[in-house]
Amino acid sequence: MAKDKTRREFIFRMARIGALTSVGGMAWGWMINLSGNQAFVLRPPGALPKSEYGGACIKCGLCVEACPYRTLALTRVGEGGAVGIPRFVPRATPCYMCPDVPCARACPTGALERDVEITRSRMGLAVLVDQENCIAFQGLRCEVCYRVCPLIDKAISLQYRPQERTGVHAFFEPVVHSDSCTGCGMCEHACILEEAAIKVFPHALVQGRQGPGYRFGWKEKSGVSQDFKSRKTEPKREAEPWNDKELDHTLETLEDVKGLYD
Amino acid sequence: MIDRVRKGWVRALADHRYLIARRVVQVSVVALFIAGYRTDWLLFGREVIEGDLSASLIFGAVPLADPLAALQIWLTGHGLLLDTVLGALIVLAFYWLVGGRAFCAWVCPVNPVADGAAWLRARLRVHGGLRFDKGLKYGLLVMALLLSLLTGVTAFEWISPIGMLHRELIYGMQLGWMAAAAVFLFDLFLLRQGWCGHLCPLGAFYSLLGRFSPLRVGFRPEACTHCGDCHKVCPEPQVLTLRGIAPYRRVVSGNCTNCGRCITHCGENALAFRWVGGEVFQRPRMPEPEEEPAGRTGPPGSKAFSELPAAVPEQPVPAGENFATQD
Repeated sequence: MAKDKTRREFIFRMARIGALTSVGGMAWGWMINLSGNQAFVLRPPGALPKSEYGGACIKCGLCVEACPYRTLALTRVGEGGAVGIPRFVPRATPCYMCPDVPCARACPTGALERDVEITRSRMGLAVLVDQENCIAFQGLRCEVCYRVCPLIDKAISLQYRPQERTGVHAFFEPVVHSDSCTGCGMCEHACILEEAAIKVFPHALVQGRQGPGYRFGWKEKSGVSQDFKSRKTEPKREAEPWNDKELDHTLETLEDVKGLYD
Repeated sequence: MIDRVRKGWVRALADHRYLIARRVVQVSVVALFIAGYRTDWLLFGREVIEGDLSASLIFGAVPLADPLAALQIWLTGHGLLLDTVLGALIVLAFYWLVGGRAFCAWVCPVNPVADGAAWLRARLRVHGGLRFDKGLKYGLLVMALLLSLLTGVTAFEWISPIGMLHRELIYGMQLGWMAAAAVFLFDLFLLRQGWCGHLCPLGAFYSLLGRFSPLRVGFRPEACTHCGDCHKVCPEPQVLTLRGIAPYRRVVSGNCTNCGRCITHCGENALAFRWVGGEVFQRPRMPEPEEEPAGRTGPPGSKAFSELPAAVPEQPVPAGENFATQD
């Protein structure tokens, strides 16, 4: 700048600015690093992967304002995760999966993919984390999470298992299927327990990944089979709406099992 | 120094017209954003404005975006959507028109905090503290862009006290009060105009734009008595040096926030907002210091200056707080 009288003054001034800037930059980078720990934050539908999200979100809150259910809120102090990015807490208010996805449409920067199809969004993954407290696993009829699931029989299905204690009843165990679950959190919201037994988590926290080397004979179409399990009792991965035929079949199976314990 | 005769509250209002106008604008902007989120108020059947200062939507149709935020998004490697680009261009065009850092003085929610701290600092006669170069904010602007490039995160948006305070007012619980307190205490005890004048990358960004703005504070050297009143009230007094403004008959520096304080405090009406005509994009040639007379300066052949009484002491810098050497 013009006010430096000598070259020496100018160079030292620039050096001072540079020194302060780099000290500030270190602290700054550290703060960004700290606020990057957002493992437990559930973000709106269509959100970019965590690694890219921070590069696009500028915390404008337009998604929050677009949400008709006030599901979304900008992360508050003490909630964990970076303050100011949109998130939702399904136990309080789940995502009701609007077909037109107004939140994602409202995003001006593309941090939320605008043309996301709501059933293909992956906000998180529901996991029945506490089988000890889920009353379905105690043999009681509940299936509330299953009933409220917007993708019933696709994202959550019921798996029937004989109740050995009584010998005449069955467990109706909810099973989540990651290929369909959007993480909307309707199940967590609806869970009748004081603390939900089924909860939605970011995928990275709960989902495993197989290496490419595994071959499952019973899934392969070749004639050679390693089919040690009965195909009939294997729960269908890609669950479809239960039809009467399947229900009859299940009930028949239960009848058979009942016979075993008579 | 000419004492102005005050005639009641009308005169007092007139004397503070830009200050009052700025507060009205600042409050209105935040109030509109708050109404957009917290109320169902509609005008012509539409939401007036939704979002916040980093990005928003007016009447559900016109996008606005913080140009510095857009620049950071671009540097993180994330593509820019049309809405972001369009919004940033609209905002850029607007602040180019009204004077770059006019954002700082008229819209930014941190401004009242910084003004309050500066007022109290003067009132309590706080001196000393840190001495930062006013060029530091340009270093931090570069750092904001560099960190965006390196970390893949919109670096300034992640830590901006402006964003925190603004979102605090609209959405609540965004660390805003803490950010405001930090800026206030820093400005009060450590450095006058510490945040806005020395550190803020957004202010640095807009100052680059303001340099080419058509709306500037015009200056009539022939009316100036060198009383230094304008210096005392200016938050960025380095932009008001006689040597820096007299040859151009206006404030040139992009660091002028167009706050208008100097205008209302000038007893001689030597300063006023002025639309700069065709010379806007011509970078004025800086006069060589050697060419200037040892005493006061002015445009060559300025009659008014030679006619000024010798008794008027030259005091571009008041003795109390020495702004000109403050960096």
